[in-house]
Amino acid sequence: MSVLDLLLRLVLLLACFLVLPLVVGQIEHKAMAHMQSRLGPMYAGGFHGWAQLVADGVKFAQKEDVLPAAADPWVFRLAPALALLPYLVVLALIPVGAGQAVVSADVGIFLVLAVMGIGIIGTVMAGWASANKFSVLGALRAAAQLLSYELPLVLAAASVAMAAGTLSLPGIVEAWRPWWLLWQLPGALIFLVAGLAELSRSPFDMPVAESEIIFGAYTEYAGLRFALFLLAEYAGIVVLGALTTVLFLGGWKWPFLVGGLGWLWTLVKTLAVAFLVIWLRVSLPRLREDQLQRLAWAWLVPLALVQLMITGVVRVMG
Amino acid sequence: MGLPGRGLAGGLATTFRTMTRRSITQQYPDVSPDLPPRTRGVIALLEENCTVCMLCARECPDWCIYIDSHKETLPATTEGGRERTRNVLDRFAIDFSLCMYCGICIEACPFDALFWSPEFEYAELDIRELVHERDRLALWMDTVPPPPPLDPGAEEAKEIAAARKAVAAPAPTGDRHGEGAAR
Repeated sequence: MSVLDLLLRLVLLLACFLVLPLVVGQIEHKAMAHMQSRLGPMYAGGFHGWAQLVADGVKFAQKEDVLPAAADPWVFRLAPALALLPYLVVLALIPVGAGQAVVSADVGIFLVLAVMGIGIIGTVMAGWASANKFSVLGALRAAAQLLSYELPLVLAAASVAMAAGTLSLPGIVEAWRPWWLLWQLPGALIFLVAGLAELSRSPFDMPVAESEIIFGAYTEYAGLRFALFLLAEYAGIVVLGALTTVLFLGGWKWPFLVGGLGWLWTLVKTLAVAFLVIWLRVSLPRLREDQLQRLAWAWLVPLALVQLMITGVVRVMG
Repeated sequence: MGLPGRGLAGGLATTFRTMTRRSITQQYPDVSPDLPPRTRGVIALLEENCTVCMLCARECPDWCIYIDSHKETLPATTEGGRERTRNVLDRFAIDFSLCMYCGICIEACPFDALFWSPEFEYAELDIRELVHERDRLALWMDTVPPPPPLDPGAEEAKEIAAARKAVAAPAPTGDRHGEGAAR
């Protein structure tokens, strides 16, 4: 891999990282609006409000940079970057087509799951540095949520890794067969639910429950830093979709149109998962904190263990 | 109770079904909204019907109707007759910055001088401009729609019912004069 090649890949990665979350955000605007019998943005950009998020970005950039008097300035400023960057790293590891990943690592799945957990430190930093009780509460809720849901997430991912017999993400896609859809179905569902919870997305958005703690850890943020947190949320949806695609939906594989256009299928599947995430947000009410913890420990962890057992049995028998 | 997760699936189905249907939004500045009949947009004044009885101004809960008038004496129409006085309207204004669109003035008016108009685009940059004087209130009369037809099977309007009754059974004893003569 030459330097030029690597540079090109990095530029592509950065473009994807900046554009895809906006695409997901726009889908959310429009899909949510139509699910509520509204139209959503219609003016920005002329055609069905396609440039709404660009306009939002411009608006955020123009806003005042507010730093609370009691805040810890450095931690406060650093937090959004720390929330956003892990997703960039994870996206770099996603194989979009056969041999088409920006960076390939033999222990990809391990690295991805480890790095994804770092994002929460950004949230905790934001909550603590804001010197606001709602922020601290939100940050601690987010941290507790991550701790609970990391276990089922890792167990579900481990089940796939065991089925494929490899920790490398491209290796998992290579080994993937269509019947895995059924075999790994519980694992896929657990992964998706746990991933939603890690992103603090509805119905697991207790950490930012606006009716109780305003906007959780992001209460004191405004302008570009707030935009970065929002971007991190949508980048998280993209990453969750991409990971679900790679681990459970066969990545670039499809019954037809395989040659060279595998990345397109990865994209389609990722966006389909993103749509599901949006759909769940529109349809389901927020879980209470205790219900949320109960779901993780009383349902997802045992189910994930059962999935792991099924995988093991099929592997040994097959 | 049924299957676990049935409620969740039902919620998802509802939102998806809604998404496949056309949204009910009307893009207001581009498309004028379909307003229901008897929409309470603005109050119009039919000056000819006003007798300056002041009932509307007195019934108004937030006192946003201003009426000034004076009395005029009309000369007798017949030789040796009595002079008549009548009220002449000098000012009739409604302050729409105070009006709460309750419609009590329209209900209270015994002579049908006030009407609801569905027009609602009369926002102003200065709150004082929201006091509509009589000329402006009279202009709104052009926008008052004809009353919508009654619902099928509804009771007839009172005046029509009374007129019908009068036609069906004409008064047998003639007018009051005849009555007096008989006595």
